[in-house]
Amino acid sequence: MAKLEYDENGRLLFTKEMKQEYTILMPQMLPIHFGMFRQMLQLEGYQVEQLNNCGRNVVDEGLKYVHNDTCYPALLVIGQFMDAIRNGGYDPHKVALFITQTGGGCRASNYIHLLRKALEKAGMGYIPVISISFGLEKNPGFTLTLPLIRKLIYAMMYGDLIMNVANQVRPYEETVGDADRLAAQWQSRLVATFQTGKGMSRGQMRTIFPQICSEFAAIPVSGAEKVRVGVVGEIYIKFSALGNNALEQFLLSEGAEPVVPGLTDFIIFKIYNRVVDVDIYGGSAVKRAVCRLFMRYVQACQHDMIAALRASGRFRAPGDFADLHRLIQGYLGDGCKMGEGWLLTAEMLELIHSGTGNIVCAQPFGCLPNHIVGKGMIRKLKDDYPTSNIVSVDYDPSATKINQENRIKLMLANATRIREQEAAATE
Amino acid sequence: MDYRIGIDVGSTTVKVVVLSPTNELLFRSYERHMSQVREKTCQLLQQAAPYVQGRSVRAAITGSAGLGMAKSAGIPFVQEVYATAEAVEAFLPGTDAVVELGGEDAKIIFFGGALEERMNGSCAGGTGAFIDQMATLMNVTVQELDELSAHYQKIYPIASRCGVFAKSDIQPILNQGGRKEDVAVSIFQAVVDQTVSGLSQGRELKGQVAFLGGPLHFLKGLRARFQETLHLDDDHALFPENGDCFAAIGAALCAKAYDCTTADDLLTKLASSVDDRGLTETMPPLFCDQSEYDAFLARHNAASPQILSLADYTGTAYLGIDAGSTTTKLALINDHGDLLYTYYASSQGDPVAVILQELKKIYAITGGRVTIGGAAATGYGEELVRAAFNLDSGLVETVAHYTAAAHFDPAVDFIIDIGGQDMKCFKIRGGAVDSILLNEACSSGCGSFIETFAKALGYQIADFAQMGLFAKHPVSLGSRCTVFMNSSVKQAQKDGATVEDISAGLSISIVKNAVYKVIRAASADDLGQHIVVQGGTFLNNAVLRSFELEMGRDVIRPTIAGIMGAYGAALHAKSLRLDRSAILDADALTRFTHSAKPATCNLCTNHCALTVNTFDGNRRYLSGNRCERPLGRAANSLPNLSRWKYETLRAYKGVPGPRGRIGLPFGLNLYETIPFWYTFFTKLGFEVVFSEESSRRLYAKGQQTIPSDTVCYPAKLMHGHMMSLLEQKVDAIFYPCNSYNVDEGISDNNYNCPVVAYYPELIAANMPQLKKTRYLDPYFGTHRPKDFEKRAAVYFEKEFSIPKAETVAAARAAYDAYSAYENAVRAKGQEIIDYARANGHKILVMAGRPYHIDPEINHGIDALATTFGFCLITEDAVAWRMDKAPRKVLNQWSFQARMYNAARYVCTQPDMHLVQLVSFGCGTDAITTDEMRSILESGGKLYTQLKIDEITNLGAVRIRLRSLMAAIDAHEISEKEDV
Repeated sequence: MAKLEYDENGRLLFTKEMKQEYTILMPQMLPIHFGMFRQMLQLEGYQVEQLNNCGRNVVDEGLKYVHNDTCYPALLVIGQFMDAIRNGGYDPHKVALFITQTGGGCRASNYIHLLRKALEKAGMGYIPVISISFGLEKNPGFTLTLPLIRKLIYAMMYGDLIMNVANQVRPYEETVGDADRLAAQWQSRLVATFQTGKGMSRGQMRTIFPQICSEFAAIPVSGAEKVRVGVVGEIYIKFSALGNNALEQFLLSEGAEPVVPGLTDFIIFKIYNRVVDVDIYGGSAVKRAVCRLFMRYVQACQHDMIAALRASGRFRAPGDFADLHRLIQGYLGDGCKMGEGWLLTAEMLELIHSGTGNIVCAQPFGCLPNHIVGKGMIRKLKDDYPTSNIVSVDYDPSATKINQENRIKLMLANATRIREQEAAATE
Repeated sequence: MDYRIGIDVGSTTVKVVVLSPTNELLFRSYERHMSQVREKTCQLLQQAAPYVQGRSVRAAITGSAGLGMAKSAGIPFVQEVYATAEAVEAFLPGTDAVVELGGEDAKIIFFGGALEERMNGSCAGGTGAFIDQMATLMNVTVQELDELSAHYQKIYPIASRCGVFAKSDIQPILNQGGRKEDVAVSIFQAVVDQTVSGLSQGRELKGQVAFLGGPLHFLKGLRARFQETLHLDDDHALFPENGDCFAAIGAALCAKAYDCTTADDLLTKLASSVDDRGLTETMPPLFCDQSEYDAFLARHNAASPQILSLADYTGTAYLGIDAGSTTTKLALINDHGDLLYTYYASSQGDPVAVILQELKKIYAITGGRVTIGGAAATGYGEELVRAAFNLDSGLVETVAHYTAAAHFDPAVDFIIDIGGQDMKCFKIRGGAVDSILLNEACSSGCGSFIETFAKALGYQIADFAQMGLFAKHPVSLGSRCTVFMNSSVKQAQKDGATVEDISAGLSISIVKNAVYKVIRAASADDLGQHIVVQGGTFLNNAVLRSFELEMGRDVIRPTIAGIMGAYGAALHAKSLRLDRSAILDADALTRFTHSAKPATCNLCTNHCALTVNTFDGNRRYLSGNRCERPLGRAANSLPNLSRWKYETLRAYKGVPGPRGRIGLPFGLNLYETIPFWYTFFTKLGFEVVFSEESSRRLYAKGQQTIPSDTVCYPAKLMHGHMMSLLEQKVDAIFYPCNSYNVDEGISDNNYNCPVVAYYPELIAANMPQLKKTRYLDPYFGTHRPKDFEKRAAVYFEKEFSIPKAETVAAARAAYDAYSAYENAVRAKGQEIIDYARANGHKILVMAGRPYHIDPEINHGIDALATTFGFCLITEDAVAWRMDKAPRKVLNQWSFQARMYNAARYVCTQPDMHLVQLVSFGCGTDAITTDEMRSILESGGKLYTQLKIDEITNLGAVRIRLRSLMAAIDAHEISEKEDV
């Protein structure tokens, strides 16, 4: 039985012993990406389980342990943990929890603290919480080693590509489930490749990316082109089906094709913020240079991904980070960095420019940054792009699906009309 | 073309129309469905059937509650806003905009240019259901409300964001004697304001505007408010004949795209889908069987005071009156606390009349055999009732409830009272009230909510509650405010839940709201061992049972749960030990008259809406005032640092300079940095121009450009500040973005909250008016002085060609001015502390953000606190006395860090107490409030949170402050006894 050890501030540590004995629970956000993360962690010798519990119980547990006015993602993630610990058949003395910690002026940086408070309140303060972050909190039993970070970053990029092409195939596939099956296959294949030390260089990516594209392109599809609907928003609500009441599923069932910008831009954005901070407020030029370098590398990988999509001849390619940054000029300053910051608006702009003017902007009820970068920018976007068709949808424990779906349906009805009008105009 | 049927299933009504091939309206019907959605629809469709007998028809369903029905019946569905737009294009060509109010939705459609359609967000309930609720509150029908509104004299400002907010504004006006006519018109104005500000978002409603939907179809008063507010004459305001059925007509028009069918086939499809159960989540039943229920009843009926007959009683009696927000309660007791007479009923918007009647009745029954030995009042209408009937004493309701609860269980350690409008919970420790929790204005969906709901569904509250007891599958409705519950119910209806299931679900959700939202408990042990529940809402056995089930523990509910406040007041009256009460006697009551007149106080910029009550033609009582000046007394003179800071900051006056006039908005991040930026620009040779003082009027100026209706009020005010600067025709407006705030070394990071940091960006994108001037919103960080100098020098050289050295010098002067201000605040704070200690006053620390000192934001809470005998200082006066300490949360915002330190300091000072101001919608305070509570409670202090919004009513704040004072007193007494 592992001993409980604390650091000088009284924070419970995840020890080396625990690594042997404990099961680490991790939340779900992006099934493809997180699925690969999980497999990689398992290969590092951690016992990791991904939580897929959902339903009213998750929300109820969250309501019990998290302040009701706190953002919905915190409530869901913590509720999911609590529900799993209590009802998932785990020994509470043998589990640890993983949570990401981003830092920054948004209250999301507080999730880890809220999680610890919740555990304390539930009398389970003995459960260690492991922060996945760049150097914010350290644990002897868990280190993000450089090789692991490297794998995570590559996994993210492959995840983005798979998600992208799967989204473009799924609405049209002749055999339902084909895209998902191939996505699952690729996850395992990639993890296995990483394990042999391969797949993690730009050169190898440039061979694997086209393979992914061509295999997805080979899935038999049919049917007329559907109305495309972009999904942007607060990062968790945007991606997590638990958070957005299975938004993608709903859009598919309504006969639309969801377009979901990936995670890579968000990561580049977060690195870029460190560069901008030095530019605006001053600070270490060395730190700035290192961030710049790192950012350039991820950007280069992003270019490879876009090139592969373009070369496929089958898939639409998204704009790159530089495109997003160019589009945002005249809307928001570089300094607007909390939460999704200017990136969220830039994603909407990119979608509009690439012919996906129908957009769901999803956020937790009362999301602070989204007052500015989501709802706050829609007026200007509508003025500048009169046919843009954006619906802002709030998610929270009591917001009902019917209200959300009704508003999305209005957006979809408009989308159809816009399409008809455009078709009439070109005739 | 074929015959077409349009069906619109809204949240409260069903509309069915039949269109002929030439678009002639052959049949129309508009009826409330009382939650029997499918049955009602079938019924209306049957009525419509003769018009299409034997013909092939096309049909479509629209409406928020029609979605599920359409799906399960396999009938095409059209989104209702889309349908309405179709109908308007066909029948009202040339319309520029449409305003449509439904049961729970509000929509605006703009034609011309790009079609734009908007629906209210999830936090905006001021619509048809809201008007229904308000009518119920005033005990009139909706039609009567409309008639009342025609005879108004004045319009009260009522919060227009959400139904619950407006309700807590209206209730006190009624309780304090405001005219029903004026309240009625104010309700309509609130709906108009909310629709215009919440939905138009910068696009003007002008040209030909059509008004659709039930409420706008039936309510003339509401129409008049819209016309007047939007300045539309009769030629430009369109009220089409079938305006209540437009969505249904639109659905019929859209039906042309779908397959043909017959009326019989439609009916069969609908009827066969009736029993189709959806996926609404359900919970276990409250009671499994009758025997379980009987045992439950027997247990609770045991807690009962003795009841004597007043007709047979002779001697002294004590009277307690609880003039609650929706109900009035009376209790008359003897020396042993036995009950002689009780009364519990709706105040019907006029508590004075209700009490008058009851007093007369008591005097008639007793016929002079009984002497009233003391009389006391409590509740919202306490002061009015005291003044009206000349009662001996008044006490804050929390104390009244504790007094009553302790009578039944002296060991009581937790009390929860759910009344009509408010929910009060408090812990008792060592015989004193230890911590008080009141519901926030946003979750006051308490007793009156369930009652309104019962009525809306066509039931009496008692019957409705009873129905829930044996419901098989209570629906899960969430635990937030009324508006959310309304839409949850809508969803349940859609999924075919029965009225029984909804009734039980509502009871459970009230309990969940109390337990998780107000008490914030994780388990029964967080509450206590001896829980007493009371308040009229707990007389509802379904609510009581839900509470016990949720807590997993038996509790005590006295049989007089509904009148505990009055009972406590009576016990208090007894404890006064008077010889005889000064209450008006039977003779005086025969001459009693009461009239109420609205007035506006013009003694200061607050312009309080007053109500002048006159009794017996000569005794006057004034309500609605926030200070004592309108009463003819001198303004309170206890020191108030908040006021001092505000006056100091407003005293900065620009000096004409060669570089032109630069405008600074007086709000958010600029509030505290006024000394900094004022000095900076003045040194650079600009004339600094500030926006005018915040006010409701200023807010209204910018209201139409607010894009997010859930952002905090201080942020919303910024739109008005911009308008004020534009009116002053400044050459440029400077409103910088600040991700970072000052670094005072007491936190892990020094951020601003995202809203404060980036609101300048939002202003730029949403206020096209700013194109008239030069709007500068650069990113600056003043937390690194050297870097600031450098970057400001570059920026101002670029923008204004100012030599770098000049900017650097101005920056240095600015930093000096800022620290001089900081020191002045600290010195003034110390002076106030010294004064308080020299004169034996308690010190209250008002902790919030710098902009919370704005009188329009805090609504005069600071002044109110000083009338209660506190000397008032703010968090920055003491925060600097503590250094950094580890916190349980990430301590990363500068302003918030000050509050933690102020709280820690207060814990070290026996004569200091703290209240935290929280703006509604503040996301960071969702984090800080729990942390503040834990700091204060672990330091042996009471935590009091005052939630503020655009609401100007201070009723709830008064209760909190008075409860705090009562608790402080009780603590002091018990400490003395301990010694």
